[in-house]
Amino acid sequence: MIVSITSGKGGTGKTTVATNLALSIGKAQLIDCDVEEPNANVFLKAGMEEVEIVEVDIPEVDEEKCDNCGKCSEFCRYNALAVLPSKVLVFPGLCHSCGGCKLVCPRDAISWKKIPIGRIEHGRAGELDFYHGILNIGEIKTIQLLKELKKKIDRKKDVILDSPPGTSCPMIETISASDYCILVTEPTPFGLHDLKLAVDVVRSIGIPFGVIINRDGIGNEKVEQYCRNEGIPVLMKIPHSRKIAHLYSEGIAFVSEMDEWRNKFREMFYRIKEEVGK
Amino acid sequence: MKQLTIISGKGGTGKTSITAAFASLADAVLADCDVDASDLHLILKPDVKKKEIFHGMEVASVDKSKCIDCKKCYESCKFGAIDEDINIIRESCEGCGVCEYVCPTDAIEMIKRDSGYSYISETRFGPMSHATLMTAEEASGELVAVVRENAKKLAKEYGKELIIIDGPPGVGCPVISSITGVDLVLVVTEPTLSAIHDLERILEVAAHFDVPAVVCINKYDINEEKTADIEKYCSDMGITIAGKLPYDTVFTDAMIHEKSVVEFSDGKISEKIKAMWEKIENMLSLA
Repeated sequence: MIVSITSGKGGTGKTTVATNLALSIGKAQLIDCDVEEPNANVFLKAGMEEVEIVEVDIPEVDEEKCDNCGKCSEFCRYNALAVLPSKVLVFPGLCHSCGGCKLVCPRDAISWKKIPIGRIEHGRAGELDFYHGILNIGEIKTIQLLKELKKKIDRKKDVILDSPPGTSCPMIETISASDYCILVTEPTPFGLHDLKLAVDVVRSIGIPFGVIINRDGIGNEKVEQYCRNEGIPVLMKIPHSRKIAHLYSEGIAFVSEMDEWRNKFREMFYRIKEEVGK
Repeated sequence: MKQLTIISGKGGTGKTSITAAFASLADAVLADCDVDASDLHLILKPDVKKKEIFHGMEVASVDKSKCIDCKKCYESCKFGAIDEDINIIRESCEGCGVCEYVCPTDAIEMIKRDSGYSYISETRFGPMSHATLMTAEEASGELVAVVRENAKKLAKEYGKELIIIDGPPGVGCPVISSITGVDLVLVVTEPTLSAIHDLERILEVAAHFDVPAVVCINKYDINEEKTADIEKYCSDMGITIAGKLPYDTVFTDAMIHEKSVVEFSDGKISEKIKAMWEKIENMLSLA
């Protein structure tokens, strides 16, 4: 079974839920899919080993063959090539690696060159099998790195995916292959607004889901009211507590100090597993 | 005209609450560049004056009556956006046009894609530029560029000297689009190991694009040791701490009342935010 932990709003507690859940069930795979700001290992503290440098193709122009006809830059919808009278400039940051320039070049002057966009690392925390991806600074190819990272999913295991925030491509790419989504929110107006956006996305893809309310006790009752009206199960409420907040600030998964929560996470997980039937 | 962007790397550190507080103190155009999960409008309650459709990258469309099932498009697509039965997977299509080019029977056409809306609005604090991305759409970086362009036009029209931009979380495309070319970024962080980790990455991004950065430590008293770590890190990097704000439930209370913290309370927090704002205004006038 693959479970994604996601939210519209950032900072609601996705990583808190993902790491505490993973540590509670123990024998599982956890993949931190927030390649822009990966934080799960702040809590796992696994020794990480680099397993892959992720590269993408960008065009390289052979100036001997090129006659500066301009067909490549005309075709490129991303403005990643500029043809000057004497040379062709390539802007790797804009290139989507679609291959169009190479196809349209009448003189076969374009070949592929690989450039790195980030890396994938692997580690273990007890029985937990853990991967994360780290996007290079200044790089925009979040999706390409995420796609490579998702190839590490081991379908024979119970898999937990810690999703990036938002409701656009990186979040959707993460959750699209999941059997179940846990949406983490907080009981505030911002939390509710962004939860509704996330619910729209998850419903449009058609993945079964439930909600965890984090920092329960702050704000107001409107998130719970909303869930009740929409028939969305509230899977768990994590109280707003100084102890949990302090452990979080120190990078400690709270189940390791508050044993009673291990069972709560486990029970929730096996309820979901039963519902999904995998 | 000066531009200030408020970002954080990590989500949920208080970007939008602080942006809203600045909005109530400044004479500026407001721009919400967190187009993916925007919240600033929940406080500013914009009165929309103009709404425009936003077209992201085009998307391929197949005319099945012309398709001869040669699969050339399927084989050429680098995004996995065409399945073996030659159906377009809209979420995966990046609009490159390769399929249209390789199709021998002209069965594929690139068509406009409705990806979101941009808005020009009025608020009680001044004009506002914002946007919404449609569910499951991409190209948020381009929509951010539209929001910033509209904000510049508003600044000219209303004679404003400053644009305050609420940025998205992360370090990727929409963030880069929100900070390139601005005069200053304010990075809002908190004294947690995760936030510090993200702070270091976002400061690297700002440096990479040559944008000066200052830091605000929000909820500094939830872990004073970690706050000291952040102060040490910033001082080593030569980065100014523009302000330190204590943990206070007034942020949530103000949010529930749809007010900025400064409007909602005359307490200590508001005083500290005002002091931070004065410091930032000074830096901007020198930038």
